[in-house]
Amino acid sequence: MIPPAFAYHRAGTVEEALSLAESLGEDAKFLAGGHSLLPLMKLRLAAPEALIDLTWIRELSYIEDKGDHIAIGALTRHHDVATSDLLAREVPLLAHAAGHVGDPQIRHRGTIGGSVAHADPASDLPAVLLALDAAFAARGGDGSREVAAADFFQSLFETVLEPGELLTEIRVPKPGAGHWGFQKFTQRAIDWAIVGVAVQGHNVALVNMGSTPLRATAVERALSAGASPDEAAALAAEGTSAPSDIRASTAYREHLARVLTRRALI
Amino acid sequence: MKVDLTVNGADVSADVEDRTLLVHFLRDVANLTATNIGCDTTSCGTCTVLLDGESVKSCTVLAAQAAGRGVTTLEGLAGGPGMHPVQRAFQEQHGLQCGFCTPGMVLAIVSLLKENPHPTEEQVRQGLEGNLCRCTGYHNIVRAALAAASIQVAD
Repeated sequence: MIPPAFAYHRAGTVEEALSLAESLGEDAKFLAGGHSLLPLMKLRLAAPEALIDLTWIRELSYIEDKGDHIAIGALTRHHDVATSDLLAREVPLLAHAAGHVGDPQIRHRGTIGGSVAHADPASDLPAVLLALDAAFAARGGDGSREVAAADFFQSLFETVLEPGELLTEIRVPKPGAGHWGFQKFTQRAIDWAIVGVAVQGHNVALVNMGSTPLRATAVERALSAGASPDEAAALAAEGTSAPSDIRASTAYREHLARVLTRRALI
Repeated sequence: MKVDLTVNGADVSADVEDRTLLVHFLRDVANLTATNIGCDTTSCGTCTVLLDGESVKSCTVLAAQAAGRGVTTLEGLAGGPGMHPVQRAFQEQHGLQCGFCTPGMVLAIVSLLKENPHPTEEQVRQGLEGNLCRCTGYHNIVRAALAAASIQVAD
């Protein structure tokens, strides 16, 4: 399969990417690792007239300790997140989950910013970053802004990013020592999660239980009120709107959410 | 657009459509056909090559994205006559039957052993999550990876 024809543009800096996006208009899309966009193009589910390849922007690949938070460049690959000593020490949930995205080849190409901006509710990292109370920095023609993960994801594949606005950095507050857990249920190793759960302290976020990554607020409230993991996990499907598809029914996903939440909490 | 790649140490340059995938560049432009196309959907790993030494699925990388970088296919792995230790281990451990997945498997294992020279069996199995084989049941492939790790230590 070959993607539909497009014009390839290469951006070497953030400024170049923004100016290309402005001149090419809404028919252009940013290309990071390409492991979500290129498959969609092959299937003709997306047919942008132009791609702006961001992978040459070296300045957006970094993991830095900023004191109270870790700053991660949007083009940092899953492999680099998964093997970062700094993240293993400060935000082990994120390093662990990044090591379970796709497979090694996918982790050598896929980027944290690409995963966030693509906003597939079945992707692991958006929910993990939601559980970590992360914030996302973006740059556009009107300057820079920071958006909390809780406000970022709008709907299926839809975020608050404006056309031509570029996600540049992921900011993860250091959670400190505390319980964390990550569970994902797949049919085959490389599949997207049928359901996934990320836990950091009393924060619980769900993968693939609605049109966006979701916080399991009923579970969080119960935990804060002193409920046991078993009692709290029983509430994991409350307030969700899990899809029903070829992989799993809504009821089965709700069951998985309860089981996986209990496993992630203990 | 004009794309310049270094494939197995040699410069390959061609005018191709912007949408040309790396795997098609390798097979149709560089005439290196060891890299097979399996699923074409980033699932099976058959088209795995090394990009600057790291395994990638060449059906999901644009040729333009590999420009100026080093690509290694199975043809260039040994770097001369004779076999690379991972190829030798596949032969000795009977790590293939039909052979279709083998180029991708071999390169995935080369990348895995570069990152983790002494993997456990569990780590090998996890490291091969991105490669499907429909013949062997994987056991001999995993044995080959472990044998290659010990050959490399011996070498």
